Amino acid sequence: MSDIIDGVNQAISLIVTLNPEVMHIAALSLFISLTATIIAALIAIPAGGFIHFHEFYGKRALIILIQTLYSVPTVVVGLVIYLLISRSGPLGVLGLLFSPAGMILGQTVLIIPIMMGLVISALSGVDRGISDTLVALGATGLQKILEIIKEARYAILSAVVLGFGRAIAEVGVAMMIGGNIRDQTRVLTTAITLETGMGNFGLSIALGIILLAVALIVVVVLNLITSGMSSDSQRIRGGPQG
Amino acid sequence: MIRIEHLSKAFNGAKILSDIDLEIKAGEIFTFIGPSGSGKTTILRLIDLLDRPTSGRIVFDGEDTAVSETKQLAIRRRMGMVFQKPAVLNATVSENVAFGLKFRHVPREEIEKRVPAALELVGLPDLSGQRAPTLSGGEMQRVALARAMVTQPDVLLLDEPTANLDPVSSDLIEDLILRINKKFRTTIVMSTHDMIQGQRLADRIGVIMNGRLVQVGSSAEIFYQPSGREIARFVGIEAIRGGTVTENRGGHALIRIGETCIEALTDVRVGQRVALYIRPEEVGLMPDDASFPRSSVRNHFTGRITKMVPSGPFVRVTVNCGFVLMALITRRSCTELGLVVGTNVVAGIKATAIHVLTDEKIDT
Repeated sequence: MSDIIDGVNQAISLIVTLNPEVMHIAALSLFISLTATIIAALIAIPAGGFIHFHEFYGKRALIILIQTLYSVPTVVVGLVIYLLISRSGPLGVLGLLFSPAGMILGQTVLIIPIMMGLVISALSGVDRGISDTLVALGATGLQKILEIIKEARYAILSAVVLGFGRAIAEVGVAMMIGGNIRDQTRVLTTAITLETGMGNFGLSIALGIILLAVALIVVVVLNLITSGMSSDSQRIRGGPQG
Repeated sequence: MIRIEHLSKAFNGAKILSDIDLEIKAGEIFTFIGPSGSGKTTILRLIDLLDRPTSGRIVFDGEDTAVSETKQLAIRRRMGMVFQKPAVLNATVSENVAFGLKFRHVPREEIEKRVPAALELVGLPDLSGQRAPTLSGGEMQRVALARAMVTQPDVLLLDEPTANLDPVSSDLIEDLILRINKKFRTTIVMSTHDMIQGQRLADRIGVIMNGRLVQVGSSAEIFYQPSGREIARFVGIEAIRGGTVTENRGGHALIRIGETCIEALTDVRVGQRVALYIRPEEVGLMPDDASFPRSSVRNHFTGRITKMVPSGPFVRVTVNCGFVLMALITRRSCTELGLVVGTNVVAGIKATAIHVLTDEKIDT
């Protein structure tokens, strides 16, 4: 019990004093997972849109495969990426192993399926009448797709947030690809694993709290961006009065 | 304006529309009526080029519509469509109305002028800033109408525009349809399963049954001279079958049904088997003891009331006078005349109110 109380106290002091090592670890975590989220979103949203808006042979099977990959273990992704980018692997020449870039690659691969699958279901959630209405209003194919994506923005946001959540919370890829090298590839989750193993519970708790705080900030910012796409906020900011 | 030739549509092998031929004239209100599932929505979707026909073709303003997607888009942009269930996007009313203009890359200043004008037209100028999904069904349908009209289409397609609305909202939409047609000379093609609405709005009516266009004509023609038994039933007339023409002098015929002789106007030749169609509103009822006013009423039959079903301010009375006759009487006259089930009555029908079809024609 005293471990926990000590831990919380230590956590508060580490956060309040902006401990440089803790801040560095947090910043690296945020950088890697956010970059992975952005890359994954840039792939998953158009790809999910393509799958949703086109009819092709094997579409159903593809969606089932994507949904299955929601639950791929992080260590399996870690293993596959490891084999690909290790010196003897096909991408070995890029020297990505034990680097933040390699971790970004691993996390991107990890979260693409869940984002893509949720984007597809977000788009399927838009009333079929909306699509007909847009076409009848004279939308081109592209205009229609853009409006439907806009209509599904909140559900697509959830897909992106969930992807980010999975990226920043995972240990397997970060550990196997990054290697938990101090000042280079050590992120919040790998640091917590290490410090807990060494009995430094205070530091672990501090890192855990920071992990959640980082997630909170990212989710709030993403929500602001999304609601900025609708006209509610324009009016609040003194735009045209309704 | 729109010429439809041998148009057919099948989904997964099931025929929805077969061999429709029709010309819709510029500036008219043309209404498809027919029971649910008869293919009304399908034909409107085909006209708006939302679906492709299985066979046949549609010519829009002299232009064949079986062309590339780009050219189809240009044709579709000359039309506006309002669906049965209005779908609004999660944006303000103004933004919803502006979509068609935005898609056509109309300049912003122009959009800012035309959107309020369109909302004014449908009587919702105060709702421009409101979120569209918060509107009532009737308001949404008016927004959908404004959204279609803001692009100033040559043709406005309306698929059962009042099907899900309360009577007051329906009246509003009907008035708007008439106003739009008058003010902008917009050709309007609509569908409804509400015959009264069809009658109120349409210059011409096309009856669709089981995917076939079975009759096209003015509302008077459809309501008084249906060309078949199914159509008659749909417009509220039960056929009286089993008649034979016994005499015909220059279109003035005598028809025998059982023991009764009926005078009617028809060209059907002597000896032919016929069915009679009489609108229930055209049948007058009097108690048997009263002296029935002779005037121009040539046919009067005595019979007994077997059934009375209230229908709003009217009562639908079934009279058995050797054959089964339906009459639609106001509730008030029912009370005044003391009509109840079992009363013996005299039914009077003008010869001109009887529509005669040969029975062979009916069975096809």
